[in-house]
Amino acid sequence: MLEVVLRSVSVLLAFLVLPLAVGQTEHKVMAHMQGRLGPMYAGGFHGWAQLVADGAKFVQKEDIVPQAADRWVFKLAPGVALVPYLVALSVIPLSATVVAADVSASVLFVLAASAVGILGLLMAGWSSANKYALLGGMRAAAQLLSYELPLALSVASVALAAGTLSLTGIAQAWSPLWLVWQLPGAFVFLIAAVAELQRPPFDMPVADSEIVMGPFTEYTGLRFAFFLLSEYAGIVVMSLLFTVLFLGGWRGPFSDSMGPLWTILKGLVIAIVIIWVRVSWPRLREDQLQRLAWLVLVPLALAQLALTAGVVVLTS
Amino acid sequence: MTDQPSSPKKPSSHGAIPGLLKGLATTARTLSRPTHTAEYPDAQPSLPPRTRGVIALLEENCTNCMLCARECPDWCIYIDSHKETLPATTEGGRERQRNVLDRFAIDFSLCMYCGICIEVCPFDALHWSPEFEYAEVNVLDLLHEKGKLGQWMSTVPPPSALDPNSAEPQEITAVNKPARKAPEERP
Repeated sequence: MLEVVLRSVSVLLAFLVLPLAVGQTEHKVMAHMQGRLGPMYAGGFHGWAQLVADGAKFVQKEDIVPQAADRWVFKLAPGVALVPYLVALSVIPLSATVVAADVSASVLFVLAASAVGILGLLMAGWSSANKYALLGGMRAAAQLLSYELPLALSVASVALAAGTLSLTGIAQAWSPLWLVWQLPGAFVFLIAAVAELQRPPFDMPVADSEIVMGPFTEYTGLRFAFFLLSEYAGIVVMSLLFTVLFLGGWRGPFSDSMGPLWTILKGLVIAIVIIWVRVSWPRLREDQLQRLAWLVLVPLALAQLALTAGVVVLTS
Repeated sequence: MTDQPSSPKKPSSHGAIPGLLKGLATTARTLSRPTHTAEYPDAQPSLPPRTRGVIALLEENCTNCMLCARECPDWCIYIDSHKETLPATTEGGRERQRNVLDRFAIDFSLCMYCGICIEVCPFDALHWSPEFEYAEVNVLDLLHEKGKLGQWMSTVPPPSALDPNSAEPQEITAVNKPARKAPEERP
């Protein structure tokens, strides 16, 4: 019983700390990529406490529910968007032994859990009684449904290559050769993950210059902060997932003692790549976005799956 | 552009990938370089010497001629003056009158920093000062009287040096002129 509590608390702690770390990294990396300094004051040293200060600000804001809104759905939506990532984080292994909940089909579990997040966005978009929110919600639903397929296919390829649906098992079956013959799958996964997170260049659902803030338009205070937090929690989950699936997770020098550190380090690199892409590339139009998903990523993922299947059949 | 400069730039036919890579390279290069940010309240900006920060008043030079107030496009200069009679300095002499400046104020909430008042002043009573930190919480507090305008004189930079081969200033030419010869020595 104590162990369960301890594991839950540590997952919750990671869930609260890692997204903030990624958010702060984004503040600083994005600023320097644009020739700025980013936050410099909060907390004293290079603005390290900026997001803590932001959180304190969000808590003080008035919690407004629009009169025409569907009250309960509106209030519930941020939680529905946030909690799936917490659940997903709990089954991602940091090393062969360091995992909060060792589920046998954890790959399926992670994909299923993170797909629930879509529901939160749809709920937010529909219940806000705002045309921008509704447009954003519809765009989010369309985008997330299209990119769920290449994401699942690329993960299926890795699972097929490893012969297991357990994340721990996949990372254990990983060999450096995967970097070569699973490369198209990794590419598809990374792109689809960025699209799932609705981050630029795939931020059509929340495109602030055309539909205000999409499904989040009517949200204020802590509920709005939950949506932001879920975006960064999503980056953490997707980066760690990419690390475990395609980069061998905790493998590296001294992996016996430094395993979790390696996983987090590789995950951080992937998170920085996701930030880098955001700073460098313009937003895709809605039709370009769907075209990329169905005409590039899905065929690529299918080809990767066929290749993996062929190799697995021939070698076994 | 490699083709003729007059023709509109054609989109390159290399597809999206080179452009995407170029974008990544540009941001990475910027990341590796020092930023351009000047952290203003902590570090003072280095302003050019002729910065138009605020208008300073050298009260002794002002003759109350009102030219600045009349030329000001948005009428932000207030001048009040009165005449003062000076008693004759010699027995049976004539009394003299002179103008005394009572009030000289510039409303910096109206001023558009065109500098016409400074250009038009015949006796160099108004000067540009690079001082810029005089923001106020209340916009009405931006109406500054002659005392405050005079304090800014200390921040006015000295006039720039003359060009190497230019004529000497009038004052120096006058001093260096040889004294007039006495009338009997004239031919």
